[in-house]
Formats: sequence, C-alpha cells, structure tokens
Amino acid sequence: MTAADVMFFVLAALAIVGAAGVAFSRHILYSALSLMVALFGVAGLFITLSADFVAGVQVLIYVGGVLVITLFAVMLTQGIQNVAVSNRAVGSTAAGLLTTGLFVLLLRAMAKAQWVRPSGEVSAQTSTAGIGNALLGQYVLPFEVASLVLLAVLVGAVVLTRKETAE
Amino acid sequence: MLGMSMTTVGLAHYLFVSLVLLCLGLFCVLTRRNAIGVLMGIELILNSAGINFVAASRFGSSGFDGQVFAVFIIMLAAAESAIGLAVVLGIYRRMRAIDTSRLTTLQG
Repeated sequence: MTAADVMFFVLAALAIVGAAGVAFSRHILYSALSLMVALFGVAGLFITLSADFVAGVQVLIYVGGVLVITLFAVMLTQGIQNVAVSNRAVGSTAAGLLTTGLFVLLLRAMAKAQWVRPSGEVSAQTSTAGIGNALLGQYVLPFEVASLVLLAVLVGAVVLTRKETAE
Repeated sequence: MLGMSMTTVGLAHYLFVSLVLLCLGLFCVLTRRNAIGVLMGIELILNSAGINFVAASRFGSSGFDGQVFAVFIIMLAAAESAIGLAVVLGIYRRMRAIDTSRLTTLQG
C-alpha cells in the first residue's frame, strides 16, 4: 500500500465521518461543523485525484463561503439551544429503509457495470491551465450562463432579505 | 468485490465514497425538520456528484471535462445555498419558525 493509498483511506474516512455527523447529529451547530469536516475530506479526495484546482475552489467557495453563510443562518434563527426544536428528525425508520435500499441498489449497479479500464496516465497539462482553456473554449457558453445565474442570485438574495418597506 | 482491493485505489473506491455521501445526504434531507439541515443534506448530495465527475475524469478519459463539471457544480451549490438561506431567513422573519412541518400555510 503506497502513501497515496493511505492518504485516500484517511480522507475518505474523514469525508464519511463528517457526512455521518451531518446526518445524525442532534445539534444543528454540530451538523454545520461536521459539514466542514466532510467538505475538507472531499477537497482532499480531489487532491488525490490530481484535481488541485477543483480542491482549491472547494475550500474557497464551500468552506469559506457556503459554510459561513450556513453558520450565519443557524445563528440568526432562534432555538439553537433547544435540541428538539433546532434539529428534530422524524421518520427515521422509513427514511433509513429507503436510503439503505438505494444504497444496495446502486452498489449492485456498481458491481455489475462494465467500467472502462483506467488509462493510468495523468495529463501532463496542469489542471488549472486545462480547466481555464476548457472554460473559455469548449464551455464558454455555460460559463457565460453561469455568470448570469450568479447575477440573478445576487439580485435575488438582496431582494429576499431586505427590509420590507411600506409602499 | 467491485474490483476493490486494499492495495490499489481505483475508480470503485471513489464511487463507493460518493455513494455513501449520497445516501447520508438523502437521509439528512428526508429526516430533518430544520430547513437549514435540509440544505446541508443537499450540499452533501452535490458533493457526492462532484466526486463522481472528478473521479471519472481522472480514471476515464484524458481531458478536463469532469473537472469543469465539478467547478460548475460547486458554483451552482453556492448559488443554491445563498438563495436557499435567504428564503429560510425570510420565512423565519415572517413565521418565526423554520421547522418545515410547521410551515403549512400553502397546505390545501
């Protein structure tokens, strides 16, 4: 087992433990902090896949942005101290059965699928340059649409959260 | 099993991690009655999709298509959570609750 394999298992365990914390934690604040652990684990997995740019984006946007506004939303809404109110979970049995069923189904599909043999060779181009060329070449239209989506999000978030004034 | 071995980490390992994240995220979305908890579950599901794309890009073809898709997924997840949390805060201001089982104003 090489060092890279050991890194993979450590990071995979980190991601799974964090995700389990999000799903099962009794306290919404602990759920948010577990989400941070899971997101860092996934960023590490991206690095083991030699996708360092995606890993950097994951840390900057998810951990630096999404998680911070999630924590803000947790703290701005009341009842954090009250576990029953703050993070109540209902229907665990039915949801557990459904989720386990989906897990088994997808695991069987994974086992049966004919995967292409891994080529094993990593592209010599660094991933940042490759992604940049792809974004402004083949994917320039989705890239521009994404900027419009972000503009709409910006305006929408401001409209949704501003104080309502008497017309 | 599944072409997984402890010695060489391959595509199946990454798909398995992604599958576990998907199932935990789905469980979170289904059981949580806190709207913010539901949004966290959605983040987990989007992350599992991202792992799939990057792993397929690494082990399948050469090129950066999978990584570009992962970047788009992260961008959309950020947009989703910004709008989702704005909606949650708006609901909280109006109804003083974010418990989804109490938000029944639109129930017929």
